[in-house]
Amino acid sequence: MLVKNWDKLSELEKKSTRQGFGDAILSLGKNKNVVVVSADLAESLKIDKFAKKYPTRFIECGVAEQNAMGVAAGLALSGKIPFLASFAAFSPGRNWDQLRVSVCYSEANVKIASSHAGLAVGADGATHQALEDIAIVRCLPNITVLAPADYISMQQAVKAAVKIKGPVYLRFARQDGPVIYTANTRFMVGKANVLLKGTDVTIVACGPIIYEALLAAKQLARKKIKAEIIDCHTIKPLDNKTILSSIRKTKHLVTLEDHQVHGGLGSAIVEMLSQRYPVKTKIMGVEDKFGESGKAEELYNKYKLSHSHIVQSVLKLLK
Amino acid sequence: MKIKSVQKLKEIANLIRQDIIQMLTKAGSGHSAGSLGMADIFTVLYFNILNHAPEQPNNPARDRLVLSNGHICPVLYSALARAGYFPLVKLKSLRKLNSPLQGHPHNIELAGVETSSGPLGQGISQAVGMALAAKMDKRNYQIFCITSDGEHNEGQLWEALMLANKYKLNNLIVVVDRNNIQIDGYTKDIMPLKSLRNKYQSFGFTVLEVNGHNLRSLINTFNKAKGINTPVAIIANTVPGKGVKFMENDFTWHGKAPDKKQAKQALEELKNAS
Repeated sequence: MLVKNWDKLSELEKKSTRQGFGDAILSLGKNKNVVVVSADLAESLKIDKFAKKYPTRFIECGVAEQNAMGVAAGLALSGKIPFLASFAAFSPGRNWDQLRVSVCYSEANVKIASSHAGLAVGADGATHQALEDIAIVRCLPNITVLAPADYISMQQAVKAAVKIKGPVYLRFARQDGPVIYTANTRFMVGKANVLLKGTDVTIVACGPIIYEALLAAKQLARKKIKAEIIDCHTIKPLDNKTILSSIRKTKHLVTLEDHQVHGGLGSAIVEMLSQRYPVKTKIMGVEDKFGESGKAEELYNKYKLSHSHIVQSVLKLLK
Repeated sequence: MKIKSVQKLKEIANLIRQDIIQMLTKAGSGHSAGSLGMADIFTVLYFNILNHAPEQPNNPARDRLVLSNGHICPVLYSALARAGYFPLVKLKSLRKLNSPLQGHPHNIELAGVETSSGPLGQGISQAVGMALAAKMDKRNYQIFCITSDGEHNEGQLWEALMLANKYKLNNLIVVVDRNNIQIDGYTKDIMPLKSLRNKYQSFGFTVLEVNGHNLRSLINTFNKAKGINTPVAIIANTVPGKGVKFMENDFTWHGKAPDKKQAKQALEELKNAS
């Protein structure tokens, strides 16, 4: 599952989750029902190859995300499996009402593929750094919410999404990041992956930022603290079983996401645990602020989401 | 089901209007003016124009009717019931708990409802998506999208029209209920639309205009629209509240249901007209 040399960053292949999306959608093109609906971000979403190879199943809507969501719903209600590809800031940011009614309420089989999530978007700044998308999507009925951690799991998530009959939200990112999964990893929707086993604290994360948690685990190990690292790529439905069994063992939880602390992965987990098995928790994310321009690593430092901040959070929690 | 007799269609439209009054009165809320105003158009569509079979509501070859301005669903429900999609008795459950006849249409539990709608501007995009799917599948069915003039305030609608033109969706027929009212007043006061004809033409549509209460003209206009090789907009000039004098052209009936006394008066008028 986790590549053996995961802790040697320089040795790891660097690829983006958006590339994972583009490559997966290209290979899914042989399924004649798969359609890509674009909102003038084909190059950014890495769907330009699909567009060239399957021009009749590539619908370019222009910069009109509300219409694009509705068009995707109409395609889905006619038996197609449309992927609506845009930035998370605009989709679901700008077309949430269309997602709610045209897609989720109608149970339209639309896959919402949204790149450029999180602070790690970098230089484009706050307007383009979607930090609220998990919150506004996971509150909707009938939708599955996925946020894969790397190129490999992203590809598998896209393939899994096609098999789900109903709306799926795929959250992914702009930046290149280390490929942490082995190529033969089995990705199961709703089944979180325990990447590192530990007994002292559970760290649950989603998306590429999970690499910071892995680095933190390495540092914590030097202090004789064994952190269990869980990749919770499926935020809805949440894998209660895996999370609970880890928490029962460690009694301490840190959650980590490149998203607001309100309403995201941490909230989802705490909503569940507060009713099943409350434990001492630190929710790590963006603390009720907008982002800004900067490099991803600079932003993770400034917004206290880097591995050293995770280590500090764990030490404080275990005190 | 193709009824050619205009007299017979008139009778159906009148029954649909009576259904609308009864449904809304029983529900105690809902949208009277637009529903009554569109009764003739829905009659012509469901009983003459649409290629559909109520016993096979999911037949992939069927024509699609997408109601974008979902709030006038009483006219849709009555037309569907009278066409045979479900028993007339169900109409009484409009807006009641556990009813498939939701206050705004929901596609999951009611046969014949193509999609859910309510927030304005959303149906038109879905109709465009359906038209694109038909092209991909090389199927010949047509998509009729019902919109209201007030709905043209929504930016999403114009986004959808641009796309319909881009992909030359000659299987899309947009019906604009030009009744000049919206919930808070007359369209000219709330948001002037100027010339819808010019707007649609500049968006690449062929525009046909019709008296939305002349059944013969409606049949001819729809048949003409089917043969046009561009997306078509039919601007249907209608009288909101048509058939019930005290409601006609009064915007305050946009989002209101008659009480029992008003319903009695309305039904008498409709019965006398039939």
